Formats: sequence, C-alpha cells, structure tokens
Amino acid sequence: MKDNTKRSVIAVGPLHPLQEEMEFFQLTVDGEKVTDIQVRISYNHRGIEKVSETLQFDQIPYLVSRICGICSASHPLAYVQAVEELAGVKVPERALFVRTIINELERIHSHLLWVGLAGHFIGYDTVFMWAWRYREPVLDLLEQITGNRNNYGNVRVGGCREDIPEGMEPKILQELDLIEKKTEMLTKAVLDDPVLHARLKGVGVLTKEDAVRYAVVGPTARASGVDIDVRRDDPYAAYPMLDWKVITQPEGDVFAKAVVRLLETLESIKMVRQAVRRLPKGPIAVEVKDIPPGEGLGHVEAPRGETFHYVRSDGANRPVRHKVRAPSYVNVPSFKASCIGGDIADVTITLAAVDPCYSCTERMAVVDGRGNMVFDFQGLLELSREKTFRIAKQMGRPLLAGVFDGSK
Amino acid sequence: MELDLQIVASPINGMITSVRAIRPRRWFIDCPAENVAAVCRFLFDQAKLRFVISTGIDAEDCFEVLHHFCHDPTGSFVTVKVSIPDRTSPQLDSITPFIPAAEWIEREIQDLFGIRFKGHPNPKRLILADDWPEGLYPLRKDYRP
Repeated sequence: MKDNTKRSVIAVGPLHPLQEEMEFFQLTVDGEKVTDIQVRISYNHRGIEKVSETLQFDQIPYLVSRICGICSASHPLAYVQAVEELAGVKVPERALFVRTIINELERIHSHLLWVGLAGHFIGYDTVFMWAWRYREPVLDLLEQITGNRNNYGNVRVGGCREDIPEGMEPKILQELDLIEKKTEMLTKAVLDDPVLHARLKGVGVLTKEDAVRYAVVGPTARASGVDIDVRRDDPYAAYPMLDWKVITQPEGDVFAKAVVRLLETLESIKMVRQAVRRLPKGPIAVEVKDIPPGEGLGHVEAPRGETFHYVRSDGANRPVRHKVRAPSYVNVPSFKASCIGGDIADVTITLAAVDPCYSCTERMAVVDGRGNMVFDFQGLLELSREKTFRIAKQMGRPLLAGVFDGSK
Repeated sequence: MELDLQIVASPINGMITSVRAIRPRRWFIDCPAENVAAVCRFLFDQAKLRFVISTGIDAEDCFEVLHHFCHDPTGSFVTVKVSIPDRTSPQLDSITPFIPAAEWIEREIQDLFGIRFKGHPNPKRLILADDWPEGLYPLRKDYRP
C-alpha cells in the first residue's frame, strides 16, 4: 500500500560546485509546526577518497582543496598535517605563520559570507550587500598571495607553495583596518537591532546536551556553550604564538551563532594582524622525500568547525587509505534536534545557522500530512522574510517598510 | 595536562587487547570485534570523549574499522581499532544506538565497503546513488569499475 504520509521530491535546480555540498531536506509538518525532518545528502559525491588512493602524497593537497571552495585552505592543511605527523616532518616557522594567515583570512571571508546570507534569508538584504562588499578585499588579498581567490592550493607537505610577496605586509595591515572597522559596524548593527533580537533569539535552539550527543563542532558547538576549538586544544601552525580567545555563547539559538561568528571574525582579524607583524624570515618549505609506513591524524579548525583527515601509508608513494570528514557532516544531522517543534518560517534560518551552504536549502520542500508539497525554497524564503517584517511592523520600525515591501 | 589513556581506560582493560600512544596525543586502542560497542560506549558516556568519525579500511586480508574520538581538553585523539577477518559477509555491532552522530558514517561505510552494522536504527543507503548495483563496493581494493 502506498505510504501517503511521505513523498520523495526529486531535487532539481542549479548546481553550486563551489559550495560545500548538496543536500535534500524533507520536512513533515503539522500546521505551522515541524514534526519531522529527513535529510538526504550525497547528490554531489565525487569519490574523493577513492581518487586520493591513486595520487601521490604531494598531489593530494590540490585534490583536497577542491573538496570545498570556501574551506579550500582548511582541507589541505589538515591533510598535510596528518602526513607531516606520520613522516615526522618539522615545518619551518615562516611557513607556520603563512599557513595561519591564509587560514584566518579564509575564516574572515567565510564568516562574512555567512553573515550576508543569513541577512538575505531573513530579508535584511542591506546586511547581505555590506557583508559581501567587505568580503571582497579579503579575497583580493588571498588572490595576491596565492594566485587564486579560492582553491588556493597553498600548502604542501613540508611547508607552503607560495610566500607572502615581499613588501605586501603594509597592504594587508591597511586592508585589515578597513575590514575591522566595517565588521565592527556590522556587529554593532546586528547586536543593537531590536528586530533581529526578536526574530532570532530562541529560534532553532540546539541545547548543550544535544550538541554533545550529535558531536557538533565549530561555531555550531561554541554557540551552544561547548567550549572547543582545535586551534587552542591541539595547537598547530602559529596559533600557540598568537594572542586570541575562543568565543562561546550559552544560548544555542540562531542569534548566538551569529554573535559567535561576528566576534570570531574580529578575533581572526587580530590574529592575522599579529601574524603579519611577527612574520619571521626564512624558508617556507623543507623537502620531504619518502613517506614511511604508518598512520597520521590531522585536524584543523575550519570556519565551520573541525576538519579531520586520516592518512595511512604502507611506505609507497601513495596512501593506502585517506579519510576525510568535513565539519558539516556532523553539524547537519543536528537539525533533527534544532528544527523539530519549531515554525516552518524558522527552518530556513535554522538550517542556515550551522552554515552548510545555500544550495542545501535550495533542495528543501515542505510536505504536509497528506503528502502534498506545499512550499518550495522560494516559498520558504518568503515565509521567513514575512515573519521578520511582521515582527518589525509590530515593533513600530517603519525603516524596514521603506526599504522592502514585506507584504508583497 | 596530557591525557593518560592507560589510566582512563583501566575500567575496560578486560575488554581490549592493547592501549598505546603512537605519538604525543595520538592514542590507539585495539579491541576484539565483539567488544567494540561496549568500548565505544564507555569512551563516549563515561570518559566523555567527542565522537569524531569512523574510517573503514580494506587491509586486503581483512577489513578494519577505526572509530576516532577526541578528548578536547587535551586535544588528544583516541582511535578504537577493530579488524573483521570475514570478507564474505563482514559485520560489526553498531554504535549509533548510543552515539547518534555515528548514524551517517556507519551507513557510508556500509555503502562503500559492504560492512553491515548490526543494530543500526536506519541502515539505508547514504552515499551511493539509488541505481548503484547491489554488492559492488567502490572502496574495496578488489573493486574494478
């Protein structure tokens, strides 16, 4: 007999190869309330782990930097750290600083990207424009250092591929000052906005217990009061030599996740500034000839959380096994804890709050109890925005009404 | 402060074969397949380690499953290593009933290596396409496309 309570919906739509992954969410709802959520992943499975077994150790960084366009510094770094650990390689100090600078610039642009998208999802398109406007100079800096806006491929086993160009330090510092000023403005605008407080506080709460049960990582964990950060807990690159702090918030809601990311962006700016000022002289890489048999584990705090790589070698020039775990792999299943019981209008922003990628939410459909599809992604986006406008109107903030037409 | 797993793991000494640190902050536990669920449950519930991920490996003469955990206060990895000699119908006890974070990775290993996880609450296909043929496991070493 046909099961009328569920209906599978084929995901069609634009592909975003630069984004992290493709996912399909199917919500079961009762009126306005979400009663169940089914997640399907792997529309974009590329067999990277299998391909990796066919490549030489020094070719793999270029492969793994293509796992994700946004995290294209974190994956190769986690991989080379696993191999360096396995081979006992000592990396030159300058390379450690260059790695730190690239990885923190990546975090700044990734967090600004998220802030922009989060604004877009709830109808604050001005935030979207601002955040993406000031993300651009970060990408320019990355392009000048590595030659690419994304997919930097800048680490190799034993060090880095490209050095910070000579005389570029003042330019980096100057850009950082500008980005810092604008990020502070954005942070203040978000923290002081009563509509955002009303819209995002208490929405999509992931409790500390659930965060531990689902083993979430990164800002998703830190916004639920789980104080973990690989940069501090298992120090790598130049992080132990810099002065910075881990940001946590106890609430676990979408607002807390926004606060964590914004304050982290400011911490990252501080870190890049210190690293640039204290950049030591010297070589940026050592030659690594043979990789001995053994096992190596590497992890890196990517913008979305811990990225983990495991490498096993049998002494040949290719790994026997290379396992990759991206942070969203453990963050996404926590939707079961954060979405069920909430409003449909809150789902878009709750899903976006762990920062998977927006192609994920594009693969979302709402199914009512009889198996009919009632909302597609565009419908959900409008629902989410309408709720913001409704709250703003109730609060007597005509500013929004002048900028957007929330009533359609 | 460093993690001393010899002390932490002393209550489960009877269930495991060995505990060793291959490098600072990198611990490995070898354990017989029948005890893997109890050992992982101890590490997750009692020792309060964070579940990181599992790795399936085709070691030619047997399959291996590694459950990686992390002790965040000291940044130490603890990897529970199990080998499964049965190549025709490999299976292992699932850890998902008490570690919900393991749901996806056990399904993924089932897809890619053909290792069945007994007691998994939702052992459906995760990674491979719906029309991928049954009984063809791409991460096995004898896989030929």
